Amino acid sequence: MELLLASAVGLLTAAGIYLVLRRRTFPVILGTSLLSYAVNVFLFASGRLVTNAPPILNKYEDIAYSDPLPQALVLTAIVISFGMTAVVVMVALGAFLSARNDNINMDDTAPAQGEDA
Amino acid sequence: MNHLLIAPIVLPALVAPFIIMTLRYHIDLQRIFSLASNVLLVAIALTLAVQAADGTVQVYELGDWQAPFGIVLVLDRLSAMMVLLTTLLALAVNLYAIGSKWDERGANFHALYQFQLMGIIGAFLTGDAFNLFVFFEVLLIASYGLMIHGGGARRFQAGVQYVVFNLLGSTLFLFALGTIYAVTGTLNMADLAVRVAELPAEDSALIRVGAAMLLLVFAIKASLLPLHFWLPASYANAPAPVAALFAIMTKVGAYAILRVYTLIFGPDVAVVEGLVGDWLLPAALLTVAIGAIGVLGAKEIGRLMSFGAITSVGTLLTAIALFTPEAAAAALYYAVHSTLAAAALFLVADMVRQRQGGEITPQPVMAQSGLISVLFFVAAIATAGMPPLSGFLGKLLILDAARGDTLVIWVWAVILVSSLITIMGFARAGTLIFWKSHGLQHDDTIAEPEIELEQVDQDDAPAAPRAPALPFVATFGLLAGLVALTVFAGPMTRYTTATAQDLFAPEAYIETVLANRDRPVVDPAKADGYGSDDSHDDAAQIQEEGH
Repeated sequence: MELLLASAVGLLTAAGIYLVLRRRTFPVILGTSLLSYAVNVFLFASGRLVTNAPPILNKYEDIAYSDPLPQALVLTAIVISFGMTAVVVMVALGAFLSARNDNINMDDTAPAQGEDA
Repeated sequence: MNHLLIAPIVLPALVAPFIIMTLRYHIDLQRIFSLASNVLLVAIALTLAVQAADGTVQVYELGDWQAPFGIVLVLDRLSAMMVLLTTLLALAVNLYAIGSKWDERGANFHALYQFQLMGIIGAFLTGDAFNLFVFFEVLLIASYGLMIHGGGARRFQAGVQYVVFNLLGSTLFLFALGTIYAVTGTLNMADLAVRVAELPAEDSALIRVGAAMLLLVFAIKASLLPLHFWLPASYANAPAPVAALFAIMTKVGAYAILRVYTLIFGPDVAVVEGLVGDWLLPAALLTVAIGAIGVLGAKEIGRLMSFGAITSVGTLLTAIALFTPEAAAAALYYAVHSTLAAAALFLVADMVRQRQGGEITPQPVMAQSGLISVLFFVAAIATAGMPPLSGFLGKLLILDAARGDTLVIWVWAVILVSSLITIMGFARAGTLIFWKSHGLQHDDTIAEPEIELEQVDQDDAPAAPRAPALPFVATFGLLAGLVALTVFAGPMTRYTTATAQDLFAPEAYIETVLANRDRPVVDPAKADGYGSDDSHDDAAQIQEEGH
């Protein structure tokens, strides 16, 4: 299981980084999503891998339990990355509709937009 | 527990949804509530600063769960100072946004503004590493909305870059937290400090990875050199009041570096020895250099100010990277100065842009040219570090604190030379914008046809329309803050010195936060059979097996 999980995190991260380095917004957004999946799985692993164990301590006998804290962290991280992905999709859509172009690079020599609304 | 500690987080968190839900179409009421909330925040922050001034550390346990199991807010001198700085800056910027009518150019400016304040203040107050991540996300998601406020193709494009860069930073933050939790089994900062100090040296590999990743995250926030690429485009294209408020955002990164790398991964912690100082100082010096070069080369006034902000954050991180109490005291003084100065610069840049556009080229004399040039001059000499303003004192303190370091020659050379280059850059921009424009009117031969046309327009126009006074009041307020910082430099440096000593002797912080860790989780009187000892053992067991 350790090998499976570790390689899943590694593959997701590698694919995510590859996609983030693309020049158009859609692959970049997919890349950030893959990276957030990778980090969610990784956070699970930080509480040690246990299967079929309750996240509750038993004070009468010494049985295996799973660490509940990473699960709470993952839940928070999922909610946040979900919201962030929605925001980045909307911002990217706004950029595409106003610039007619989904290239993520900007022409730095063009005037910045501070003066007009 | 002192409930005032959570007030600066709860207040904007309540005002923002109230503005969205009930005042959506009433910009005047929005302004009133936003300003009232902001004034109240200043009052709360002042009270907290007075309470923290004698060096007591106050802890607020959310939900009455004791640390390290629950999330805590911690108020010490450092966080009180940063919260007060945030609220004062926010008040001035809010006045500017209202006066210049920036808040009317898109929906929900004031609601996002309040959420942004909530995130920044929360990041300064929290005593839990994961909660720090959550507040970072709160301030980031509000800043995404503010960044694209008003719309426009270039602003959206810059917004995409900004959001993507920060999403990557957030992912890295989570990887770092996961690594640190896997090694130590806790995310409370005080508890982390205890546990990291106890780690055996042979187990240091993972925690070093975690500490390095965390440093990268904060370096992204602070726009340290190899990770600064998001800043110029974002700040130059953001609405001016937002860019001015963002002056505190780079300081959030600097604050986090200062907090985490003195409290948790302190200079004398063996497992992370040589990790931070060795890398941070050269990177910070390069940041200063690149910022100064950018100031000299900028063709647009927003980018000029952005690179000015990079220079000052580089100087700040140079002082932090020295990791001595003297340098930290200088860094804190300089942090207050550079926040106010950078915000003033962005506001002045906006005044210029509103009147003649952002290009740094000679153009016909703009309205209120004299007043704006005075503001530009004062803000520029403060940023460049010329006497008599606080920038000079701040840089002097940093140079003085660097004397004992092995890299002192480099620190002095880079800071002094880059100050000179910054002065040249600002002088060039100021000359082109404010002085050459006077020459243009008398000497038409050098004027391009385009400009001549505009000149005719200007000659025909009766007089420049009177500008609203509020933007000037706000900018003067920020500069008055700089003057006050200079006049009261004595008390201020005493405060920052005391703060820096607290930072490098965090025992009081750790003891106060963890004071209640042995308190029973379940009240023995109310729960049958669950004595205090049991529950503590269980809790300790969680921590043990987390290893």
